[in-house]
Amino acid sequence: MMRINIDSTPSSLKSFLNELPKVDQVGAAARAAMLATRSIKNDSKKKAIDLAISMVDLTTLEGSDTPGKIKSLVTKALHPDPSNPDVPHVGAVCVYNDMVSIARAELDRIGGQSIPVAAVSTAFPSGRASMAVKIQDTQDAIAAGASEIDMVIDRGAFLSGDYKLVFDEIVAIKDICGQKAHLKVILETGELVTLDNVRKASYLAMAAGADFIRTSTGKISPAATPPVVLVMLEAVRDFYNTLGIQVGVKPAGGIRTTKDAIRQLVFVKETAGDLWLDPRFFRIGASALLNDLLMQRMKLQTGYYAGRNYVTID
Amino acid sequence: MVFEYAPSIESTTILKLANRYQHFIGGKMVAPAGGKYFDSLNPATGEVVAQFAQGSKKDVDKAVQAAQNAYDKIWKKMPAAERGKYLFRIARIIQERSRELAVAETIDNGKPIRETRDVDVPLVASHFFYHAGWADKLQYAGLGDKYSSYGVVGQIIPWNFPLLMLSWKIAPALATGNTVVLKPAETTPLTAMLFAEICQQAELPAGVVNIITGDGETGKELVNHPGIAKIAFTGSTEVGRIIAQSIGNTDKALSLELGGKGANIIFEDAPIDEAVEGIINGIFFNQGHVCCAGSRLLVQENVAGEVIEKLKKRMSLIRLGNPLDKNTDLGAINNAPQLAKIKELTQAGIDEGAEFWQAEVNLPTTGLWCPPTLFTGVWQSHRIAREEIFGPVLSTITFRTPEEAIEKANNTPYGLSAGVWSDKGSRTLWAASKLKAGVIWSNTFNKFDPTSPFGGYKESGWGREGGRHGLLPYLKSSVKG
Repeated sequence: MMRINIDSTPSSLKSFLNELPKVDQVGAAARAAMLATRSIKNDSKKKAIDLAISMVDLTTLEGSDTPGKIKSLVTKALHPDPSNPDVPHVGAVCVYNDMVSIARAELDRIGGQSIPVAAVSTAFPSGRASMAVKIQDTQDAIAAGASEIDMVIDRGAFLSGDYKLVFDEIVAIKDICGQKAHLKVILETGELVTLDNVRKASYLAMAAGADFIRTSTGKISPAATPPVVLVMLEAVRDFYNTLGIQVGVKPAGGIRTTKDAIRQLVFVKETAGDLWLDPRFFRIGASALLNDLLMQRMKLQTGYYAGRNYVTID
Repeated sequence: MVFEYAPSIESTTILKLANRYQHFIGGKMVAPAGGKYFDSLNPATGEVVAQFAQGSKKDVDKAVQAAQNAYDKIWKKMPAAERGKYLFRIARIIQERSRELAVAETIDNGKPIRETRDVDVPLVASHFFYHAGWADKLQYAGLGDKYSSYGVVGQIIPWNFPLLMLSWKIAPALATGNTVVLKPAETTPLTAMLFAEICQQAELPAGVVNIITGDGETGKELVNHPGIAKIAFTGSTEVGRIIAQSIGNTDKALSLELGGKGANIIFEDAPIDEAVEGIINGIFFNQGHVCCAGSRLLVQENVAGEVIEKLKKRMSLIRLGNPLDKNTDLGAINNAPQLAKIKELTQAGIDEGAEFWQAEVNLPTTGLWCPPTLFTGVWQSHRIAREEIFGPVLSTITFRTPEEAIEKANNTPYGLSAGVWSDKGSRTLWAASKLKAGVIWSNTFNKFDPTSPFGGYKESGWGREGGRHGLLPYLKSSVKG
């Protein structure tokens, strides 16, 4: 199997990443397209929908976010469908740094203690700030009650070949997270462009201690394209098979429909395997997706589409 | 919470099966002169799909006569652009009836609906569309203005891609102005008879296409019929050789597409994950019933461990079962003699000392099945490295250097296909120039397109099908030599 033995000198890091097997883009796209033809019906669909709901990182990352908007979001996170108490709660809520304490307090107040608050961090989404600022950003979020940190990597450093800088940043943020917070590393694959880069960045993040690798910020298009998700799932699978360390995957951006979400679960099942069919190891970063999942769930239960006014807008 | 795929069975209500199908001669459904019929079975269930007419010498006579009449009186005289219109019309009807054709093919052949729906039928339509375009442009086929059609062409096709092979035969023959008598395989005649209906629906002039069902004896009558100007055959090298011998002292033209033992070569710098997919697609596509299958995996020794480990995991994910289930990857083995042959060669591999491995699968209790099978530690002198198994059985051979890979790949009487997996363009081009195979895929396998010529070196065949080259076996130069 693959050798994963990194002393973190710039040259050994670079040679490790450059020696990874290359990705054939046409082949990866063909595999993703084949998996997209899987037909998920009846009982499987029911299970898939509930599983997908439990994996949603319900997200709002807007300049216009207010305490009211956040409270509304976390209420929905706990009770996605208020008329159906058997609907599972979502995997987490994902907000900006300064909204963490509001989200945490409101969740605790309404009985959502089991729902983690994820904070985007390290000068999200661009990552263009000093290391001191990125550290402070992360420390603030954890102090405010975030138990998941979604950091962005320095794509400029990555593209210029300075893998060491990217690595060191992840290590530094991971140190701050320690036992208090899970670290998700956002690769922003839309800016890395090639699947070879996606594979390299996945390994770089995993080797530096990421608990999760996440495709995108949601601010750049394309985001979680099927081949990108496939390559990241291959990376966590091979990393696990080599080192026994299970890293999670979070596609984010562009997953809006139940069909999209079920495709993600098929990718997981037939690439990384059943071990990842678990909110602890697979999340879907989304906002609009949740309502489509709820509408499809109602359709399966009642036999007809209920329409938009039967799900809550936020 | 476990997420498994519930059965998702394609409905068969779109297919209205008759109990009995007759020959298609002179535009009409005609009962067999001998009054005999044979059963075609669904290999996944063993049930009878329908009965088909057993063709005799009299039936062949009648069909050749109908084809000759149509050639002399209609098809030869028709403006080429008009011929093309019929082909376009057939192509469109195939698209309109695609779901029905996919279901029929799956029931009669045993291949998964995912493949008939996504590969076979779309390719069938595209072959007719492609050749429709050629009909009035034949002066650009390479013979200048000095060409003519042969007349009546006899065509015999195999059971592995029944409708697709029909399209590879009929579309170029009609585009180039010939008329046709075609015999589908004994175990898979259904879609050919649906195609006969499509010819009627398209109002193709009577006798331009004639279809006679039957067994090897029927095929022999067709090959030896004096009214046939050209024979086109796809099938085993063994039968191809008999055909070549039997028409050796006639002036009949011949094109053959025969067996293979394709080498799928994985170099150390290959994109491994996609290569594993390519290996899977190379040998498990269509249950390995593929003449150009990548049935010999040649993998560089220094990456063999990783490749085989990933391959076994991937093989364990292959979903074997009901071919009508939309999530089935591997369907039924088409016929009992073929399953017996696969088992015989598999046993030979075990007896000769190659390392045998099968994915764990639950085989259905009825029907003909073979689990995905992998041999490692195979050497050139093993039978499973030399003989065509024509089933889901892969033989893995390692090599040390690129030169050795080429030497081993070419060390076979066949020469139909090869695959080269490498991230290095120069190595791929070098390998392609050295490999003796009619089709060479780079970082992919089993990809087909009507614009690309397909055919073999050595014992894998004569002539090409598809592309400009595929027109030439149906055209003769009218320049007197």
